Amino acid sequence: MSNGPLEIKAISGHTGTVPGRDASRDYPVAKLIDVTTCIGCKACEVACLEWNGYPFRETFFDNTYQTMPDLAWNYYNLIRFNEDVAPDGTLSWLMRKDGCLHCADPGCLRACPADGAIVQYANGIVDFQQDNCIGCQYCVTGCPFNIPKFNSETKKVHKCTLCSDRVGAGLEPACIKACPTGCLHFGSKEDMLDLADKRIKQLKEHTSHKNAGLYDPAGVGGTHVMYVLHDIENPEKYGGLPKDPHIPLLVRIWKGPLKWLGNIAMIGGVLGVAVHYLRFGPKEVEKSSDEVAKSK
Amino acid sequence: MSTTSLPLTQHRSEQIERYTFKERICHWLTGFSYLYCLLTGLAFYTPYLFWLALALGGGATSRYWHPFIGLEFFVAAIWMHRLWRRDVEMTEADREWLDKSSNYVTNQDNLVPPQNKFNAGQKMYYWAMYYGAFLLLLSGLFMWFPELIPFSLRWIRPIAVILHECAALITIGAFIIHVYMSLFTVPGSLTAMLTGYVSRDWAATHHRLWYDQIMGRSSTAARTPAPKG
Repeated sequence: MSNGPLEIKAISGHTGTVPGRDASRDYPVAKLIDVTTCIGCKACEVACLEWNGYPFRETFFDNTYQTMPDLAWNYYNLIRFNEDVAPDGTLSWLMRKDGCLHCADPGCLRACPADGAIVQYANGIVDFQQDNCIGCQYCVTGCPFNIPKFNSETKKVHKCTLCSDRVGAGLEPACIKACPTGCLHFGSKEDMLDLADKRIKQLKEHTSHKNAGLYDPAGVGGTHVMYVLHDIENPEKYGGLPKDPHIPLLVRIWKGPLKWLGNIAMIGGVLGVAVHYLRFGPKEVEKSSDEVAKSK
Repeated sequence: MSTTSLPLTQHRSEQIERYTFKERICHWLTGFSYLYCLLTGLAFYTPYLFWLALALGGGATSRYWHPFIGLEFFVAAIWMHRLWRRDVEMTEADREWLDKSSNYVTNQDNLVPPQNKFNAGQKMYYWAMYYGAFLLLLSGLFMWFPELIPFSLRWIRPIAVILHECAALITIGAFIIHVYMSLFTVPGSLTAMLTGYVSRDWAATHHRLWYDQIMGRSSTAARTPAPKG
């Protein structure tokens, strides 16, 4: 079972059975981000770049504590910063580690047309396989969190891998290892839910954050990266975390009923003309009915 | 294919020029670019046909060229419109033909009113492809560069995809009938588009008004067509 955690659960653009499906009994993993203890040090951003072998990018300054405006194809992990003023006038700096949430029902995988370009492992990690990526960016359309980023030079899309290579070898993701405050946790999804529960109770009992809660949105089947937020009622203020994320309805229509209607129509069209030929055959040309032609 | 209308086996004096060199070039430019976009597009459309992309050089290659060839299709379609826009205008006679089109479908062509250079069915095919080209271009541009659409306007992306697929499906339906008719139901039409010539009998049978017009205007020209090129 050395490869257990990387047992494949679902593959994008794939017909037929999924190799190895349900064969693994390895537990689903999860990353728990306790936003309430994040100090915005960016150690996780650096660790992510280092582990994935990406060069440091030029940073961007707009009078906040955010490194750059958005995630990038070679920047999977970004601490989003927001200055929030509560109704009572209290100012707080909100730091949220943004990156792929590894949905249990991934919109990117549903939208992807390329066989094997997106893989969901049995442990919950959703991973892009750039070798199979065709660069169509349907995943960008399918994702409700604005995560996949396109490299216009290589025409490949990238995002956080949840360090599937490290997890497969029994290690924690690089960001977890770098975090100095213990705001980042990694383990089985069950354990992380438990830990989150304890932390939320603690926040409610011992702090003023009575709205503390867990962000594990049901609209995408739950996620394998979860947040403990001070205020679960307003996730938007943490750098635009959607309150009730879903795979866009239009993407579901596109990948569901429209696909089958189109398939039936096309097969029907080809069968229709074949049957027409068998029933009526080719049109006959009337021979030399024309006087001019006859007179020649 | 029936032997009644193989122009190459007949003497040229029996022939009428149906499509000029320009028209044929234009037709095959649109035809092959449409076919390429159709095959690669079907590969992106359903995993069951993804092998088409592999056969055409791989998924990434197909995705790279699909929009460029699509652009070429659009430009060629505009050129075709310049060449044929007078021939494809719907007329009163077409309405009559459409009313009796069931006779045409069941090969009872003697019950169908005489037709000009293109019959109403061909004209409908033309307009489906013409308007399809505009829809495909418009939606395709959004799909070509989705990274340029800001996240706040992300609803545009799936709308573009659905529009692209619906427009494609309509043109595919039309394309199936077009290819079927030209290859199987109306022998002589493929050779016409390859050589430019049809037999007098073919012209008189399928496009009587056009035939009369040509014979009436210049029967000598029809009998001994000018050398090609």
